[in-house]
Amino acid sequence: MTHLDEAPRSEKTEKAVAPAQGREKKLPGRDRLTVIVMVAVPLVLVVLLVWVPALLSVALSFGKWNGFGDLDTIEWVGFQNYQDIFTIYPAFWPAVQHNLIWLGFLFLLPTVLGMLLAVVLDREMRGSRFYQTAFYMPVVLSLALIGFIWQLFYSRDQGLINQVFHSEVDWYGDPDINLWAVLVATAWRHTGYIMLIYLAGLKGVDASLREAAAVDGANEVKTFFQVIFPVMRPINMVVIVIVVIESLRAFDLVWVINKGRNGLEVIGALVAQNVIGEATRYGFGSALAVIMMLISSIFITIYLRTVFREERQR
Amino acid sequence: MTYETPVATAPAAARAVTPPTRKEGGVLSKRRGAVATVIMAVLALLWLFPLVWALINSFREYEYTQVNGYLSFGGWTTSNYEQAWSQGNFGLHMKNSLLITIPAVLLTLWLSSMVAFVLARFSYRFNLALLGVFLAANLLPPQALLIPVFRMFREIPLPYFMSDSGSMLNSFWALILVNTAFQMGFCTFVLSNYMKTLPYEIYESAELDGASVWRQYWQLTMPLVRPALAALATLQVTWVYNEFFWATVLIQQGDKLPVTSALNNLRGQFFTDTNLVAAGSIIVALPVLVVFFALQKQFVSGLTLGSTKG
Repeated sequence: MTHLDEAPRSEKTEKAVAPAQGREKKLPGRDRLTVIVMVAVPLVLVVLLVWVPALLSVALSFGKWNGFGDLDTIEWVGFQNYQDIFTIYPAFWPAVQHNLIWLGFLFLLPTVLGMLLAVVLDREMRGSRFYQTAFYMPVVLSLALIGFIWQLFYSRDQGLINQVFHSEVDWYGDPDINLWAVLVATAWRHTGYIMLIYLAGLKGVDASLREAAAVDGANEVKTFFQVIFPVMRPINMVVIVIVVIESLRAFDLVWVINKGRNGLEVIGALVAQNVIGEATRYGFGSALAVIMMLISSIFITIYLRTVFREERQR
Repeated sequence: MTYETPVATAPAAARAVTPPTRKEGGVLSKRRGAVATVIMAVLALLWLFPLVWALINSFREYEYTQVNGYLSFGGWTTSNYEQAWSQGNFGLHMKNSLLITIPAVLLTLWLSSMVAFVLARFSYRFNLALLGVFLAANLLPPQALLIPVFRMFREIPLPYFMSDSGSMLNSFWALILVNTAFQMGFCTFVLSNYMKTLPYEIYESAELDGASVWRQYWQLTMPLVRPALAALATLQVTWVYNEFFWATVLIQQGDKLPVTSALNNLRGQFFTDTNLVAAGSIIVALPVLVVFFALQKQFVSGLTLGSTKG
């Protein structure tokens, strides 16, 4: 927090960094205190509940701890946890595979579909509002609830699918297919979300660009790829990051179905299993958490860079 | 997906709230238009179907559907709702959700509006870094922080009038604070961009009048950003209400669970009766659907705040 007092004080830095709005003078003492408190209170909260725990997770991942004793009952084991995860933990590689399937599926179906819907619905079309509402209504529902609702379709004895096809598939229970059943349910929600993002992005496409392309005789497909798609580049970037992070975080649906077992292993659920499951293995769970954190931090960096580049351009 | 990833690129927040009047993406040719309409109509009905199906079957007797199958028509009743409500203890869980959601949303908006104000009003060297600290926190997988947070909360004692569990674990306070910490990033980002669209001159004249920084924030800026606050409040209410992960791991007393996490236990209870599942689903969906339909405009503009280039 020391920067807070320094930054506006030195004239040199003020000139060096001051963008359009850098016109403030040195604040009187009381106002400076106000500013410090206004930033410090939220900052303390986010640091204590997000950043400190993140670092502690990294530290704990090098130890063995059942979480009951004091901190000095932690037995430090170096990279043992990571080694165990990669070599002997049976659920890990299936979980990685499932997360990757999750990612691939989200990209190929709901994301592409959401984008196409947005492109079509961006047109002057009768009932566009109604269609939009229909597609993004599932977005307001939680994934846990979605898992619940889709049971009406997937239940073995009373589900609609089995009733229509006279089949006896346990869609949520059969480890060979339950992942796909879950993905379809996720897609129901994800499509509308992506559509919404692209609809907003398309509002930024200058209509005259499109008209110019039409005058030049470019057809719809060509216009899309040559005019609209390039303009949406920052949006595409954000969507990629969102889809990756959502796939990595996948948790709610599988947890509400079977706590992430039996064909529905995902990394996020494995972490929880190691903490609130039968065995509390804090070090091991932390190592899993750190793996998640490392993957996500790559994409968080990409995201922040995209956002900040836009920020600076303004 | 407990925490919605914030959608935030080049922001023109002010314009996003009141959608710009502009030509839409052009009119389609007649034949293409007809094809597109048919496809859209089919897809839209497909998308509505799960909820409609839940709604229909929530009003049907279990015995009737057992005998005649689900592809029949009839057996109307409201008893599923009564049964689901009492068996699922929804009154209690709804109250819990309310007691968590309202304070969390208010706290989030208040704290993030303060940071946003400082970011928009002053241009310190650390502004971008500060925004990064909040925004990145928003994107971290919550599982990555689970163990330390869980253990920390177990150690922090709370007086009994604040929580009968005697510690942060199993208390609403824990959920309020965790939700707030996570959601601040998105709100700070959106609000600071919105505030940057306010003319800087208002602060100059406020300064001439001798208004303190606090008054500039509370009495000048806050009333002006009301549209953005309304949009964010709508969004946050649905997100916090829908939050599943933290409530599942931090609350182990069944009677303290908010609605969304209570679903986890209900699934076992309602397992054998799909009509009960349907009624339960509708009950849980109703609050967010009401918010959604009543404040649809706010909801959409909130989600897309800052993602249009103007």
